[in-house]
Amino acid sequence: MFKNMMSWIEYRLPFMDKMNLHVMQYPAPKNFNFWYFFGSLAMLVLVNQIVTGIWLTMNYEPSAEGAFASIEYIMRDVEYGWLLRYMHSTGASAFFVVVYLHMLRGMMYGSYQKPRELLWIFGMLIFLVLMAEAFMGYMLPWGQMSFWGAQVIISIFGVIPFIGDDLTLWIRGDYVISGATLNRFFALHVIALPLVLVILVFLHIMALHEVGSNNPDGIDIKRDNDGSVELTEADKKFTFHQYFTKGGKKVIVDAIPFHPYYTVKDLVGVAGFLLAFAFVIFFVPEGGGFFLEPPNFEVANPMKTPEHIAPVWYFTPFYAILRAIPDPLLGAIAMFLAILALALLPWIDRGKVRSVRYRCELHRWNLVMFCISFVALGILGVLPATPTYTVLSQIFSFTYFAFFGLLWLYSKNEKTKPLPVRLT
Amino acid sequence: MMKKLLSAVALLASSLAMAAGPTIPLDKAPIDLRDTASLQNGAKLFQNYCLGCHQMQYQRYSRTFRDLGIPEELGMEHLMFTGEKVGDHITNAMPADYAENSFGVLPPDLTNVARVRGADWLYTYLRTFYVDDSRPFGVNNKVFPLVGMPHVLQELQGVPYQAYETRLVDGQPKEIYVGIRTDGSGELSPEEYDRAVADLVNYMVYTGEPTKLEARSLGIKVMIFLLIFFVLAYLLKKEYWKDVH
Repeated sequence: MFKNMMSWIEYRLPFMDKMNLHVMQYPAPKNFNFWYFFGSLAMLVLVNQIVTGIWLTMNYEPSAEGAFASIEYIMRDVEYGWLLRYMHSTGASAFFVVVYLHMLRGMMYGSYQKPRELLWIFGMLIFLVLMAEAFMGYMLPWGQMSFWGAQVIISIFGVIPFIGDDLTLWIRGDYVISGATLNRFFALHVIALPLVLVILVFLHIMALHEVGSNNPDGIDIKRDNDGSVELTEADKKFTFHQYFTKGGKKVIVDAIPFHPYYTVKDLVGVAGFLLAFAFVIFFVPEGGGFFLEPPNFEVANPMKTPEHIAPVWYFTPFYAILRAIPDPLLGAIAMFLAILALALLPWIDRGKVRSVRYRCELHRWNLVMFCISFVALGILGVLPATPTYTVLSQIFSFTYFAFFGLLWLYSKNEKTKPLPVRLT
Repeated sequence: MMKKLLSAVALLASSLAMAAGPTIPLDKAPIDLRDTASLQNGAKLFQNYCLGCHQMQYQRYSRTFRDLGIPEELGMEHLMFTGEKVGDHITNAMPADYAENSFGVLPPDLTNVARVRGADWLYTYLRTFYVDDSRPFGVNNKVFPLVGMPHVLQELQGVPYQAYETRLVDGQPKEIYVGIRTDGSGELSPEEYDRAVADLVNYMVYTGEPTKLEARSLGIKVMIFLLIFFVLAYLLKKEYWKDVH
């Protein structure tokens, strides 16, 4: 009976076949390391944000008069409302932690290189939408930083020549940030952007499964079946979906099925992540004032500017670049270019070898310099713009962009190390 | 527009330079959310000395009573003065425009003040009022200069003044601020006053996050569960990966 029903469904919607294709018989390189946890963790955090977000929406009131009080209502009167809210607020920061590490992984192992350019572009789009989503979400509690942080960020659009003022007016829906702005940000935050995000994540994974996962060695696991590849006992042990072998035209080496091997491995990553996540939620939900900023526990007051306005930590590297340049328009352009440069990595990097393991020494140090610049800019973006800090921001903005310039130069005729034949 | 933004940045920079924060280092507030007696005393002090002007509009009486172990009848008799219901928020009847006229600004809501300012700030602030005849209420504050709030705890502390000592700085005698002293007219000794302020601040830390203790105890259970889960997940992974290695 059950079997009949399953085959009835399978005939009309090949569910089991798709599960095999994407999960049970999806060939994943066997040498994924620590850095490969962050994709699945990003997915976990996305689910966390959506689920806790739905429950928060049940008691949140998107109006300038009621928003702040409704958050306090959730924190005090709703059963486990505090837990939902902290899961959501901590989840926002956790999202950027895992996404930044996920992106760094891609940069280290050249996962953006051909044929994974589109996959990388989808990832960058996810990052962009995520920033918009986080920014709009941060406004919803309608605290002092919600208001003034939004003021600063929306004013960035105002520097665009000719249309700037009209554009900010269009974004706010009012001459100042007001309940009208809050209402539209709420709509975008809970419906429009999450929908886009989920679709982009779907496309990201479809694009990934089409070209296959890269790995720390940056060499292909799908080889032409021309008799040149010697299969080991281990290679013959698993069956992979015929889609990946292209009807015998390809052979797959050093791969294991995603399920159960990486599902159980990712479960360890999930447990480790949740330990850190739960620690923040239950013991330090403000994250030292970085996840929830102290002034945001005070209701928004358009008449009272906080002493020091700093965006949430995940925006500060880009904010520091914006501030480093004295001219506001050029600053905004530089900030935009900082993100665009990342998106263009597949074309800036003209190298053929993917992984940092087998690229030239300069590349390794260039990556280190990029990481230092990014972190330093993040720290500087939190601090007030004193003359010393501004000079430092300028230096690190320069080294941030220098990474891309150098990469473009040396990747053309790079002296790389010999690649291994099989995964190590 | 660009000029506006530039001048805004310049203004921000200069205001940052000026708003260097408190002129004195903050004292560490002895906070203990498990000290129910301290929290109860803090609630009493809040109701008697603060509520006239400041509200706790997000905190309910019933919540305070429940969390602080105060029986409802007792709480209603001693901590509720104007016939509210026990489920009501802790608010006062002062009209906002009257408050603004009297103090220059609306006295801020204090439910979350400990999360905005920090416990140490509050603890130091409430202990560093001093007589200053140039101010409308006759007092000024070391932590919050030119604050528009009168020293409401003066009957407890006594009349506070800034104490100076003559010390040699680079061979020159100089008057150095050494702290706040009082004329001894208060109901409490200096130590008792510090204790009372600590209780009040303790209560405000509690109202900022009434779920803190609950979160901690649940958090420990969750962490223990996750540790076990982590070990099991690791063993499961090891078992499965025997095929691969």
